[in-house]
Amino acid sequence: MPAIKSLEELKRVREEALAKKQLKATPGNVQVIVAMGTCGIAAGARDTMKSVLNFIEAENLSGVTVTQTGCMGMCEQEPIIQVVMGDQPKVTYGKVNAEVAAQIMKQHVQGGSPLKDHVLPI
Amino acid sequence: MREIALHLMDIAENSVAAESRNIRMDVVEDLHTDLLQVCVADDGRGMDVETAKRVLDPFYTTRTTRKVGLGIPLLKLAAESTEGGLSLETESGKGTRVEASFRHGHIDRMPLGDIGTTFLTLLVSYPHIHWVFMYQLKDKQGNLKEFVFDDEEIKSALGDVSLTEPDVLRFLRGMIEEGIAALAPQTEF
Repeated sequence: MPAIKSLEELKRVREEALAKKQLKATPGNVQVIVAMGTCGIAAGARDTMKSVLNFIEAENLSGVTVTQTGCMGMCEQEPIIQVVMGDQPKVTYGKVNAEVAAQIMKQHVQGGSPLKDHVLPI
Repeated sequence: MREIALHLMDIAENSVAAESRNIRMDVVEDLHTDLLQVCVADDGRGMDVETAKRVLDPFYTTRTTRKVGLGIPLLKLAAESTEGGLSLETESGKGTRVEASFRHGHIDRMPLGDIGTTFLTLLVSYPHIHWVFMYQLKDKQGNLKEFVFDDEEIKSALGDVSLTEPDVLRFLRGMIEEGIAALAPQTEF
């Protein structure tokens, strides 16, 4: 098993991640929450989440936590994601396919201004 | 649901909701015996006998946000339509184990799907849970290959660095994708 070699590599990755983090001014904690109830998953939430993770990788976006939550009771709006930036109020988006997710990541998470479209009134 | 990997994700969400600390997900593709078996086992709060009977009912759910559950019955139906089935073992306070088997070559068996993404998204979304993923493939001649991903070493090596830091994410995705790719010439069609 190549586990030992991989772990050494991981330690190097860790050092680099820490160094990069210190270079950047922290914009406050950013949290992206993907709803992953049965309804969300059936509507494509895993692809939405994959798109969020791919964006973080592609843009080297540090300091974003990605988590999941269950069904939020608006199954018809799935896939749903929520964005929490620092102490700003939580923004909830509906019908977020992979494409819309990338747009939210770019404009809201990276750019700081929430989208007008896809926002759910809760 | 269009993939078995999505069903697995859904079942694992139940394990997370049951406050599990350890969750294990196994996928066994056995071309020798024409079987595909998947299993999610947790050490969460489990169920009493009455509840265990009721989870097979599509209208049972613990959630309060809507009145249907659907997760386990959907998987059961998918398995039974390939001459397979679903079994559920659970004990209140101990944990739950959901196992589904499919006839691998059955025309109605849905594809396994993107199992790597299912592993990765669960892993990074719930860092407080100890995840073990196992993917085993046995070819027609009975030769066995397996990929086991246990996040314990990784988390202790990472310490306080988040799993969703871009470099870490890239590393984890690579590790899972390479591990799965090393197993097999793809058997899906």
